[in-house]
Parts: sequence; structure tokens; C-alpha cells
Amino acid sequence: MNARQPPKHSLNIVDRPLSKNRSEVPTVSLSAFAYLFSEYIQYLVDRANSISELEDRLEKVGFEVGLRVLELLSYRDKVLRRKTDVLDILRFIHGPAWQYLFGKTADDLQQAANGDDEYYIRDYDLLVSRYISVPRSYEPFNPGTLAAGIMRGMLDSAGFPARVTAHFVSHKDRQRPITTFMIKLEPSVMQRQAYLEAAKKG
Amino acid sequence: MLRGGPAGARNAPSLEQINAEVFTLTYGSIVRQLISDFEDIEEVNKQLEQMGYNMGIRLVDEFLAKAKITRCSSFRDTADVVAKQALPMFLNVSANVANWNPDQTECSLILTDNPLADFVELPEEYRELKYCNVLAGVVRGALEMVNMEVECRWVSDMLKGDDCYELRIKLNEHRDERFPFKDDD
Repeated sequence: MNARQPPKHSLNIVDRPLSKNRSEVPTVSLSAFAYLFSEYIQYLVDRANSISELEDRLEKVGFEVGLRVLELLSYRDKVLRRKTDVLDILRFIHGPAWQYLFGKTADDLQQAANGDDEYYIRDYDLLVSRYISVPRSYEPFNPGTLAAGIMRGMLDSAGFPARVTAHFVSHKDRQRPITTFMIKLEPSVMQRQAYLEAAKKG
Repeated sequence: MLRGGPAGARNAPSLEQINAEVFTLTYGSIVRQLISDFEDIEEVNKQLEQMGYNMGIRLVDEFLAKAKITRCSSFRDTADVVAKQALPMFLNVSANVANWNPDQTECSLILTDNPLADFVELPEEYRELKYCNVLAGVVRGALEMVNMEVECRWVSDMLKGDDCYELRIKLNEHRDERFPFKDDD
């Protein structure tokens, strides 16, 4: 093969303008995404040794997506203020971020009763796992782990390290179980939060 | 849910949509994971093509069910359908068909816009990586399910400095319908 010429753009990729900075978001068909996602899960099933390894690797893919999604959204957002409060970032994820990723806001945001470092976000019909069915032998596996990874990436990128896990919860009114994401923030975040609140009062 | 489809397509129905950037970023993440799993770039290329093949064999069913097309009478027709209906339907981009060989068994699909490779820059050490190889696999898988055995390879790649993405499709043979059961069972 002949050696290829070096790229004609002399600008680094991060210096180039975001060509897709349009007002409406470009889309591809959900089918394309669904095929890619299920194929990747198939690849992981063949290679992973256990269900938790499978979930970890899937979550890692989502994590990298989340890091970049937050940067993209912050860049395009008119308001350039960074969020420093836990509730602010969670509301951002529940609202604008979910809207951008999946076309609608998430359905529920709730703080856990037993600790102020645990929060729940619910989505009644997660777009990415709509066409995935989990057989009984893989029971604890949840394809929503990809979305959990995206959330963890966004939280991490915003400075709120946390653990995010996805769970199916069956609901009596709905045929398909609801996906619930449990967000457990790290102690360093809670310390900082307490410090900020004390500073606000004092 | 996001609704909408390609703006200029006449026959392609509008499938439910998802944000293209999520798709792009997820694909990028997957490629990165594959690179860290396999030491060898050629292995990654092969794996991407295999994944694409598996996607293609299922995707063609959905395409045939949703697009109202008549039977293709020749490979030329097939290439047109892939470029002007299948690609817009799934990826919201259209391609041109060009560079036919005199036999009418080889052609190129030319794309100027590729949602798989937005925001991507290939560093020097991954020069051999065929980033969009999954698309080559999809075309191969889809056409194999309609009894055309083809070979697909990338000739031009915008990530490597060329000015478009060119996928060369070569028809090897038309296979007859293979029945899974033998006649004497």
C-alpha cells in the first residue's frame, strides 16, 4: 500500500469547529443503534467470564460516552456555569441530558430514605434496552448498565464521582419492568456538599 | 421519542430515531474497547467486520419488511437500493454509486457524511485501523441473506486524509436459494 498523505486539515481535531452545531439534533434510526448494541453485548457474552465482568465492560463503554456527552452539552449550553450542587447536577441529568440522549426526560428523581448520598432516577421505558431481552440464566444482568455508565461518566466529568447501577423493578401497572438507576455518591462529594452548605449559611 | 427520517427520501419510511451523537460516541467507545482487547489492529478490523456481518444478516429482514421495494433485477439495482434507500433509512445519510467495472460486478459506494466517524481523529499508530469496517460487514451480511455473495473493502477513508468514504463492493456469485432440509428427509 502506498503511504497515505498526511491529513489536509492542519488544525487539531479539538480546534476544528463542531460542524454539527445545528439547532436540532441529527439522528440515526433506533434500529441501527439497537443492532450495534446487541451485537456488542453478544461479543461481550462470548468473551466475558462472568456476568459481573460483562456488566463492568458494558458500563465502561457507557462511561466513556458519558464523559464526552457532558462536555458536548456544556459546550452547547447557553449558560456556561458549572454545577456545584448535587441536586443541580442530578436535575440536569434527569432533564436536559436525558432529553438529549433519549428524546424525553427521565421519569422520576428521588432521594433515598436511608441516606443522603443515594438517589434514584427512574425511566419507565429505557430506549436502549427496549429490544433486548435477558434470559433467565443471565438474570442479574441489565442492559441499562450502558446508560448507568453514561450517567457515571457525566457525574465523574462534572466532578461528582459516584457509583451508578441499573436495576429492573417490576411495576404492577406496566408490562415491562421499570429501569431504576441507583446513584451512590462518594463520601468526598458529600463532604464537599456539607462544606458548601455551611459556607452558604455562615 | 425522536421522530423523523431522512429529509429527501421518497420511499424510505421513517423509523424511530435516536440521537446520532449517542450512536457515534457509543461506536467510538466500542472501537476503543476492541483495540484494548486485541493487541493486533488487523484482528480489530476482522472483529469489526464480523460484528457488522452479524448485524447485517438481521438488518436486511427489517429493511425488506419496511421498505417497499420490488425485486432487484440486477446487481446494479441492488447497489442503488443499498445506497439510496437502505443507508438513508438506517443512518440518515445517502450515498452515491459509482466506478462500475465493465462487467457490472464491482462498484463503489461513496459517502461524504458518515455518522460512525464524527468527532474522530485517527492517531499515527492506528493507521491500519479500518474504523468504519463494521459498515463493510453490514453490507456483506445483508447481501448474503439475499443470496449475493460479495466482498466489501474500504478504498478511501476520510479519517486517513481522503476526501470521501469509498466502499468497494465486488459481487462474487449469485447463490441459489439454499433449503435447509434435504429432499429425501
